[in-house]
Amino acid sequence: MRTEFFPTLDLQAVFVAPWVEMFGWNFQIALMGFLVCLACGLIGNFVVARRLALVGDAISHSLLPGIAIAFLLTASRSMPAMFAGAAVAAVLTTLFIEFIHRKSRVKPDAAIGIVFTTLFAVGMVVISRGLGDVHLDADCVLYGEIGFTPLQDSIVWFGIALGPRPLVAMAGMTLVDILLVIVFYRQLLVTSFDSGLARSLGMPVNVVHYGLMIALAFTIVAAFEAVGVVLVIAMLIFPAVTASFFVERLPSLLWSVAPLSVAYSLGGFHLSMWLDCSIAGAMVVVAGFLFLVAWALGPKGGLIHHPRFRAVFLAKSKIERPPEGSVHLP
Amino acid sequence: MSPKGLRPKSDWRPKCAFLLFACGFWLAFPAVAQAARIGDAIETDWREQALRFLSLRDVAVRNVVLGTICMGISCGLFGGYVVARRLALFGDTLSHAVLPGVALGFLWSHTKNPLYIFIGAAAAGLLGTVVVAWIQKTTRIKEDSALGLVLSGFYAIGICLLTVIQKMEYGDQSGIDSFLFGQAAALSLEDVQLMGVVAFGALVMVILFRKELLLTSFDEGFARSVGVPVEFMRYLLLLGLTFAVVTSLQAVGVVLVSALLITPAATAYLLTDRMATLLILSACFGVAGGVLGAFVSFLGSNLPTGPLMVLACSAFFGLAFFFGPKHGLTARWARLRHRSRQVLLENTLKASYHVLEQNGFATESISIGALAGRRRVSVAEARREADDLLAAGFITLVKKGEPSPRLSQDVLFTLAPSGWERACQIVRNHRLWELYLTNEARYAADHVHEDAEKIEHVLGEDVVRQLERILKNPRHDPHGKLIPSMEDIERMAPRDHAPEPTAGYFRRA
Repeated sequence: MRTEFFPTLDLQAVFVAPWVEMFGWNFQIALMGFLVCLACGLIGNFVVARRLALVGDAISHSLLPGIAIAFLLTASRSMPAMFAGAAVAAVLTTLFIEFIHRKSRVKPDAAIGIVFTTLFAVGMVVISRGLGDVHLDADCVLYGEIGFTPLQDSIVWFGIALGPRPLVAMAGMTLVDILLVIVFYRQLLVTSFDSGLARSLGMPVNVVHYGLMIALAFTIVAAFEAVGVVLVIAMLIFPAVTASFFVERLPSLLWSVAPLSVAYSLGGFHLSMWLDCSIAGAMVVVAGFLFLVAWALGPKGGLIHHPRFRAVFLAKSKIERPPEGSVHLP
Repeated sequence: MSPKGLRPKSDWRPKCAFLLFACGFWLAFPAVAQAARIGDAIETDWREQALRFLSLRDVAVRNVVLGTICMGISCGLFGGYVVARRLALFGDTLSHAVLPGVALGFLWSHTKNPLYIFIGAAAAGLLGTVVVAWIQKTTRIKEDSALGLVLSGFYAIGICLLTVIQKMEYGDQSGIDSFLFGQAAALSLEDVQLMGVVAFGALVMVILFRKELLLTSFDEGFARSVGVPVEFMRYLLLLGLTFAVVTSLQAVGVVLVSALLITPAATAYLLTDRMATLLILSACFGVAGGVLGAFVSFLGSNLPTGPLMVLACSAFFGLAFFFGPKHGLTARWARLRHRSRQVLLENTLKASYHVLEQNGFATESISIGALAGRRRVSVAEARREADDLLAAGFITLVKKGEPSPRLSQDVLFTLAPSGWERACQIVRNHRLWELYLTNEARYAADHVHEDAEKIEHVLGEDVVRQLERILKNPRHDPHGKLIPSMEDIERMAPRDHAPEPTAGYFRRA
């Protein structure tokens, strides 16, 4: 039990001790965080470019009934069943949103809101009723527990202990995501930024769209035990948006996911060591902090380059330009 | 013009009555809520439980019901504007962004004091809206990403604070989890009072600023031009929205509050076209969904309240989506089906007219074979179409006392008065439109037929009059055929005494 909110910052205990004592344990946690950020960040760049950030949010919520029903049917936490349930849920979510928005006068944003809350509620009811002894904690769904990663039973492959199951699954998913981005780079690039051109080049725009949604669903399934459904969104959006204050081209954006992931995972790990709070939450807090720094100082559109800021704080003369769209009267 | 000047002077009376009613409601319910002692929750069978809920015997039940009613009203009213202004995902962001405020309010008061939590959460929610606005104003980040950033960033801070709080030495920290998933059973009297105040405020705000909110929701430019303080209304709405979200957290939880904002209002949106009706319906659906969800969760043991309330609201939405009288899917489908049947009937009538015209109106009777040739369908199909016409009373079969013909194609029929009238109208619409396209819109004469095929079924009488006026009561269409006129339609003789000379176009010709 603790009494004060901010414990005194003991540098030795926060920064050195974790890597001296129980190195393997803490390394696995940090590695898991890194892999989650990396996989989500790669997919997230395309999600942000397509303005699907909130569709991603919706999908991450509505995976819950898919996973919960897969649990119910197989009565185990088998990975294939979870992935199948998640893929079905993801495709159904996008189809439902399209259906409601096409077949009635409900606007797309309201359709997204209705679909994901309904599916999430179904998942919550299923979890609270039917799962019995299978472990799927409601708290875990909302904010995950990355700290339990090393506790899971380890996967042994040809006599070599690879590591805990979630870590291996996440590593595999990250590898798949990287391969997908490399193999389908052209298709993803063109469909994300100019779907008209993509169509005229004969690219299967819809296939790419649904493929991306399924890849997103798989990544979220692999990650959600660690970070929960809401924080996955942060991992999708923050790397892409933060990097966009420094670089502009897609390859650079994709490359910059790696250093940002290292920063998020290590920063979050040590912050949670200090405050003794949720590791996933701390990772996103670090991500948010880095975003604020980038927003303030970034060379591409940061606040210090904003004309109004320069006028006020750097004592430069105001730029004599009429606001956009105004008509200059003689 | 001042905002006050917008309101007509005559409608103060219903407004005052409504305000009085709202005041009474607000004053009455804490008294009611205090009237009985807290009943102990004992596991009983569902009938007993249902009776307990419906009779409102327990204070706990009464708190839940009053709380959900207030929640339904405030969320439903603000939800109407949320859906109309396309702020649905903004509501979602807001509901996640209040979480750190909840935690800070808890840290501040060291108990689950609703007022401190309310203040903290409202502050966090408003900060979230301001940050979204700043991001959109100063960067190139798109709206959805900006909302996602604030949603997940604030939520993460809240999660960190909550996990810290769970490890701290506080006396009463039970129920802090209920903010995540909602637990209507944990509603205290103070919670319900706060919800009542917010619901009352929502009512007052919506009534007082009815016109302003309506204008700014649908036409900001116009609202600004008549002097409505658009920015002020926007922030007032967001403030009210934040309050509604914060007070509802207890009952449904952070993730699902947005459903209470969006779903009842979207349901109402499927049922009506008027804003006032939409708001009332939306509040009703919010109340009904909330109470139904609370009822079901009360019946079953250990069922989460929030998700059930959301599912109840979604069920209402599903019903409206499929069976709504005006915009429902089945109603649309039935309209479409009726429309296409109508078009088929009219096309058959038109073909019958063409058959008569081909004969120079020398005979009255039309054979199914000729109809099939004209329609370019098989005889069996033409027979089926003629049967449809017969069922609709547009034609009569010719029976001359002789045994009925062995082959369908030799069956003869004549147009009944109503059929003749409709056929003339359709042919007239078609030819008038062709003429209009060639003469006024300068189409080539061989390009106008397809267009006229579609428009002939939807031209109303007033448009036809207008076309006739523009075209100066024409007699011939671009292909040289005669256009049936009003006289032809009226000159139709009743078919009962058959040997009368055939009415039709040939007379005028």
